[in-house]
Amino acid sequence: MPFFKIMKAVELKNVSFKYGSGENLAVIKNLSLSVEKGEFLCVLGENGSGKSTLAKLINGLLLPDSGEVEVFGSNTKDKKSVYEVRKKVGMVFQNPDNQMVATIVEDDVAFGPENVGVSSEEIGERIDFALKAVGMEKFRFVAGQKLSGGQKQRVAIAGALALKPEVLILDESTAMLDPMGRKEVMQVAEKLNDEGMTLITITHYMKEAVKADRVVVLHEGEIVVSGTPEQVFSRPEDLKKYGLDVPRATYIAEKLKKSGVPIKSGILTEEELGEELCKLFQNR
Amino acid sequence: MLQDVTFGQYYETQSFVHKMDARIKLLALILYVVLIFVVKNFYGFLVVGAFLIVATIFSRVPLGAMLSSVKGILFLILFTVLLNVFFYQAPNETILFWVVSVESLTFAGFMALRLITLVLGSMLLTLTTTPVALTDAIESLLSPLKVIKFPVHELALVMSIALRFIPTLMAEADRIIMAQKARGADFDSGSLVARAKAMIPVLIPLLISAFRRAEELGDAMDSRSYSSSAVRTKYKKYRLTYRDLIGSIICVISLAGVILLNVYAGGIV
Repeated sequence: MPFFKIMKAVELKNVSFKYGSGENLAVIKNLSLSVEKGEFLCVLGENGSGKSTLAKLINGLLLPDSGEVEVFGSNTKDKKSVYEVRKKVGMVFQNPDNQMVATIVEDDVAFGPENVGVSSEEIGERIDFALKAVGMEKFRFVAGQKLSGGQKQRVAIAGALALKPEVLILDESTAMLDPMGRKEVMQVAEKLNDEGMTLITITHYMKEAVKADRVVVLHEGEIVVSGTPEQVFSRPEDLKKYGLDVPRATYIAEKLKKSGVPIKSGILTEEELGEELCKLFQNR
Repeated sequence: MLQDVTFGQYYETQSFVHKMDARIKLLALILYVVLIFVVKNFYGFLVVGAFLIVATIFSRVPLGAMLSSVKGILFLILFTVLLNVFFYQAPNETILFWVVSVESLTFAGFMALRLITLVLGSMLLTLTTTPVALTDAIESLLSPLKVIKFPVHELALVMSIALRFIPTLMAEADRIIMAQKARGADFDSGSLVARAKAMIPVLIPLLISAFRRAEELGDAMDSRSYSSSAVRTKYKKYRLTYRDLIGSIICVISLAGVILLNVYAGGIV
């Protein structure tokens, strides 16, 4: 046993989970996964692949049938530490309308800290900090229903941040937003990750996966592909098999390459593709 | 659009009454209702009227908004008046014609005044207090019941979540109605029964979606460390100010005035 052990932010060991008691209903099958502190992990998978269940297992909303889930060493199975786990794991869900508890933005952000018994003065400070972190400080006294979808999700992130979590999980938080709202939310999440927050996003938008440190693809409750975005998206045939596509830019680059254009591989974003094409033209 | 309707009739302004503590206002309303029911003569209503006028002036609420509440119960007032005119019986009646007497007319007028002042008073509270402040006030006022393990906080939370979801569910209902209309549903014609039946395809999806929302909200609350047994704190602290003192004094003076008038001026009949 070494003197100090680097603690994983999130660690799942041989986790299995099923809803109900049928034999074939397993949603998560013997899954192991660990997330480093400060990492940006993106979980991809088609509908029914078990990705939302995975998210709920991480913060103890669901408990594994077998195996262990640990967040910074606290086990979700332990009744005493499950509240510790939830304090450390902030979670934002899909529907922006179903997460607000209070009518007014600041009251909603205050809900988390109120639950864990933070003093009134400190709650005020945390609201300041959380709303500033998501760029919503101007909307502090506004009624939530008057905000756009992207703004509501940013408030939901602020609500999670007010508990000072170390891990933030976005469980398809951009699925119901328009492209603008999606961009807003992802920018906020990436900024938080740059500042040291461990970020886990669950999505089926390939575009959101390209900036991740690591991508895992979930299929029928198992991790089938794992690696950097470049590695994962260089296997379009594999992804197709699991009901996923590669990002549009990658798709175009691959097509060009197949038809003989000497373009480099591993292109993920439209900006990269544009740059690469410009370079090719200049070289001619 | 339905979602523009905010719940209640809160009138946004920064007046003396608006700034009063919601708890004091709620207690004042209770006192006011007691006042209306102990009034025995028309002089007493002068006091009630004066109280209402002063409160309305200091709340800077438009008169139209206040009076609209009376319009809402006009039918009830008329009904009460008619019933009293025809069925009220006093020992020595001065009959005007048929069963209508001076006494029955006075009494009917008295009852009408009672209803009108009652509605005006409660209207003033909802016009000057946000629903959130009201639920907080109820939670605070009921907090002594925690001693007998009454779930005060849970009750207040349920109330505030219900208020929070009214616009959301209204928007949802709007959407479902439009979706059903687009498929040829007809909500506006036919008998009352037919129209009520036409609402079923709206209510069922609405109910299902409400359950779905409730489940997601529950998850969201859980992941924000909600637990009813935990030591909770409150972000907002309500402090009493000089306004609350002045307001309470005025309420008590009014009550004293009405009681004195009851004793010295006697009953109406």
